[in-house]
Amino acid sequence: MFKEGMIQMLGMGIYESLYMTLISTFMSYVIGLPMGLILVSTDKDGIYPIIWLNKLLGFIVNILRSVPFLILMITVIPVTRKIVGTTIGSKATIVPLVIAAAPFIARVVESSLKEVDKGVIEAAESMGASPFQIMFRVLLPEAKPSLLVGAAISVTTILGYSAMAGIIGGGGLGAIAMNYGLYRYQRDIMFITVILLVIIVQIMQEIGMKVANISDKRL
Amino acid sequence: MEQENVIIELKEMSKSFTVKNGVVHALDKINLKINRGEIFGIIGMSGAGKSTLVRCINLLERPTEGQVIFDGQDLTVLKPAQLRQARRSMGMIFQQFNLLMQKTALENVCFPLEISGVKKEDAKKRAEELLEIVGLEERKDSYPAQLSGGQKQRVAIARALTTNPKVLLCDEATSALDPNTTRSILELLKDINKRLGITVVIITHEMSVIEEICQRVAIIDSSKIAEIGTVEKIFTAPKSNIGKQLVYSESKPKGEPKAEFDDTNKRYCRIVFDGETSFKPILANMILECQSVVNILYANTRNIDGQAYGQMVVQLPPEERIAKKIIAYLETQDVNFEEVDYV
Repeated sequence: MFKEGMIQMLGMGIYESLYMTLISTFMSYVIGLPMGLILVSTDKDGIYPIIWLNKLLGFIVNILRSVPFLILMITVIPVTRKIVGTTIGSKATIVPLVIAAAPFIARVVESSLKEVDKGVIEAAESMGASPFQIMFRVLLPEAKPSLLVGAAISVTTILGYSAMAGIIGGGGLGAIAMNYGLYRYQRDIMFITVILLVIIVQIMQEIGMKVANISDKRL
Repeated sequence: MEQENVIIELKEMSKSFTVKNGVVHALDKINLKINRGEIFGIIGMSGAGKSTLVRCINLLERPTEGQVIFDGQDLTVLKPAQLRQARRSMGMIFQQFNLLMQKTALENVCFPLEISGVKKEDAKKRAEELLEIVGLEERKDSYPAQLSGGQKQRVAIARALTTNPKVLLCDEATSALDPNTTRSILELLKDINKRLGITVVIITHEMSVIEEICQRVAIIDSSKIAEIGTVEKIFTAPKSNIGKQLVYSESKPKGEPKAEFDDTNKRYCRIVFDGETSFKPILANMILECQSVVNILYANTRNIDGQAYGQMVVQLPPEERIAKKIIAYLETQDVNFEEVDYV
């Protein structure tokens, strides 16, 4: 059933998928984490209310979140070409992935930070903590377990997005499933890629939850 | 001289909130002076505005009008950075403790020092000292989730004291604790007040808390100060309606059966002992003098700051003549009493 090099191809697919996912997740957090912090802090009940900035950022996030990933991916092709120099392959997929995932992560981070007890923030204020100190010494450390759970959700979501990128010539397991399963009717190969994706998601989710649980001191 | 003695002064302070259907006046023209080194209580029913009041003292809530003068400085005109500096002279503890859940007891106590730029080792040293004062040095590496309510409040107290504040604000600090723990926390606050000379401001809805440690008390009712005075005075002779309600309802055991009393004769007399008269056998003398027994419906005396205070409600005999005689006798004695129509 398997031709020569099939294992090697699947191995390459796994590597590419992980590469796209992890790099994109990291870069999305570089953008999304500060966005989430700003969304929480500048809220009208936040520690440093700036209503217009909050509204503007919220609006941008909503717009980006409402564009389906498939369409977003095609729309940003010119941007991708400018940044990466090509529009195909796993490297090129990182650009639309980050554009789609950063606002998603901003919302995930926002909801984690909003879970932090208002009373604890009030206590920090009563001690003379500045808004910046509250952000970095109260909000982020107190929300850490929740942020880690959010990261596990985000990384699996981004893996799902990355598989979709196979349609427009992205690499990874998604591309293999597309090329062999859809175009060549090799259902068995498609089946294997799906199983591989399921396993990867399971592992990532498990690790994320474990780390979150270990880091949580409220238990 | 008097001015020097005042550490917190609220001048014509009002706070209103804008809500969906209009404006809510949480506090209305509050004038209040709290003296250096005293334990001052602020009591009121829930929703009276007492929590807002304490938050106005350190400007967690910004008053809509009026001034908040702390140690000679008007806080309402300070810039944010100056205000943060001023807040470091005011510790605050809360009903829900508000500890950092992801940090150990020691790290929690270090926190105020670290944010004010003290070196880690120095902060740790000071934090350990404070945990010793509150009696928790051996639990320093525990996380809040591993501590009981009373222990959490002790950590919170230690944390509030790290920056050597002049004032400790307590917002319903014992309301989430059981009676025994409450007593031990109040003892600790008393001790801190005595030992470190820190002014303590206590917000509560429990008269027993006020009675246990406060020297003066302000009663807040519907956004205003209804009454203010020494605890002895308010306990023995509350003037305002809310004061009477708080003092009398608190001192009567809950659920006491009243039906047993003869309701056809509703002449009751409340006798108040103000710390001196309680040592004289007034009631016994009255019975001997008037040759008539009275029914004691309720009696409660307590120790307030080393002096005995209390009140007693007696039912007067049905015969008009004897009742008059008793009243006349009480009038000759140096004792506060009044005829009441309730027990």
